[in-house]
Amino acid sequence: MFSRDTWKEIFETIQKNKLRTFLTGFTVALGIFIFVSLFGMGNGLNNTFAKFFGDDATNVLYLFPGRTSIPYKGYKANRRIEFENDDLAAIEKDFEMFLEYVTPRITRSALVKYKEESDNYSTRAVAPPHLFAEKTIIMKGRYLNEMDIAGKTKYAVIGRLVEQDLFKDADAIGEFIDVGGSVFKVIGVFQDDGGDNEERRIYIPYTTRQLIEKATDKVDQIIVGFKPELGYAGAMAFESSISKYIRNRKYISPNDPNGLFIRNVADQLKQNQQFAGVLQIIISGIAFAVIISGIIGISNIMLFVVKERTKEIGIRKALGATPKNVTSTILLESVFITTISGFVGMLIGVGLLRFIGNALEEDYFITDPYINIGTAIFATILLVLCGTIAGYVPARRAARIKPIVALRDE
Amino acid sequence: MIEIKDLHKSYKMGSNSLHVLKGINFSVDKGELVAIMGSSGSGKSTLLNILGMLDVADTGDYTLDGVPIKDMNETKAAQYRNKFLGFVFQSFNLINYKSAMENVALPLYYQRMPRKERQEKALKYLDQVGLKEWATHLPSELSGGQKQRVAIARAMAAEPKVLLADEPTGALDSTTSYEVMDLIQKINDEGNTILVVTHEEDIAHMCKRIVHLKDGVIVEDKKVKQVRASAYV
Repeated sequence: MFSRDTWKEIFETIQKNKLRTFLTGFTVALGIFIFVSLFGMGNGLNNTFAKFFGDDATNVLYLFPGRTSIPYKGYKANRRIEFENDDLAAIEKDFEMFLEYVTPRITRSALVKYKEESDNYSTRAVAPPHLFAEKTIIMKGRYLNEMDIAGKTKYAVIGRLVEQDLFKDADAIGEFIDVGGSVFKVIGVFQDDGGDNEERRIYIPYTTRQLIEKATDKVDQIIVGFKPELGYAGAMAFESSISKYIRNRKYISPNDPNGLFIRNVADQLKQNQQFAGVLQIIISGIAFAVIISGIIGISNIMLFVVKERTKEIGIRKALGATPKNVTSTILLESVFITTISGFVGMLIGVGLLRFIGNALEEDYFITDPYINIGTAIFATILLVLCGTIAGYVPARRAARIKPIVALRDE
Repeated sequence: MIEIKDLHKSYKMGSNSLHVLKGINFSVDKGELVAIMGSSGSGKSTLLNILGMLDVADTGDYTLDGVPIKDMNETKAAQYRNKFLGFVFQSFNLINYKSAMENVALPLYYQRMPRKERQEKALKYLDQVGLKEWATHLPSELSGGQKQRVAIARAMAAEPKVLLADEPTGALDSTTSYEVMDLIQKINDEGNTILVVTHEEDIAHMCKRIVHLKDGVIVEDKKVKQVRASAYV
């Protein structure tokens, strides 16, 4: 059945029936190509999504003070809550075993000037561990350290785009900039995957900010980084115990929805992952539909091919072809064409994804589209297999018809 | 060579059954050239198809070269056709995407003959029908007579015991018809057994024996003096 002669016969048939070969091959190649590129684009969409929401650390709680709405322990409602340095220290001490770090964040907008260039930027006064919460990447120079906090130094770490805006092509490190009336020395430049806004920020020591604002010890927000080992359930439990702790410390009713806000990224992350999951399901669904329509297409072609060859089959049978000869020739031919063209379609699809790369990132939110080679090969084999099965039924029927009936077929 | 006893065949046409062969008894010896004649619907083609194992009889015995032909499965029938029988059809039935030589070599392919040998043999038979220089041409590039000669070469290539020709001249003009009959006579002269189905009197008289079929029975079976087709060519 698999002798060289059989293959030669098949190659000849393929070569001499170019249109038929092309039609069959094209259907399969197109099906696989669409599947691969769609699936890849879907993955790219997913990547963008992950990038949008994966820019910040996920083992982080953001604590925001609010305004009470329920009277509690002798305090009236509508009291404004404020965090202070003491709160930071207290959290650090009392939750030590759960914590990786604690950092304050004081956000102020400021006009920043360097020589003739100036613009408004948002400054964040923070402690060194803020680096981890925001996943800030230092491009050059260094980030703030504990000595800067202790010494209340006038050092600033500026975003990549701040440097670009103010310094053009020049190196910002060691230069002095005017931030809202105070002069800071640039000690580092950072980048951030979170997008342009994130890179138009300036980090300064929080103690310096407090000094500038008339030696206060107020803090806007507290950012708590907990140990990732806590997991999702642990993070939720940690959130509720820290909420209780702060409410107790600041005399906020446990039932007051407005006194304290906590943003738990772990919770959000879970939602995002669910969203991404739904996206993946939709993409898989479409890809599956493409494969199904590919299978239907190839089945139709096979039906057509066998129908077209009925007479030829009759002649061959009259000349001594056994039913097995007939079925195996038709099947080997179709498997050969579908396999080759399937892999060609796959390669073109993969090639296209490679070629696109990140070109669609800006406008279409498709980042690094790719398809797992295993998935692509699996889909190709599935299509070839289904094509074969779809071809087998009419091929067997053709092999069984009496030669006299086949010969009469015009 | 061929022995047929009480052969019956009917076709179902919707709810009606059409009784085509109503008890045929008939035998052919080796080396005979038999014309089977009859008007359309007389059952002559059906008889030939049964003899050619392209179709099966309902009842009756059929022995081909001492081998009883019955209860054949498709595979067995295919092998017998390949080994014992050569076919020539009215519409030539060449495979249109294969060259003349490849068409002739096809039955040898199913005999699992090696490629080289196959091609040599095919060329030899093409030479016999005078079409050696047309070996690489496709059927579409050949005239009707040439096509039929290729078909005859193909039928003979497997060296069958019996050559069955179904209206071999039906699609040809009279000159070409005589050419084809001349070829058939020559093949017969070499000792091959040939059955020709025809409704043309002149073609029938180029055979050595005429069997007349009418309404599914043999009404006449006579030996005739053969008219040589070469006289007309």
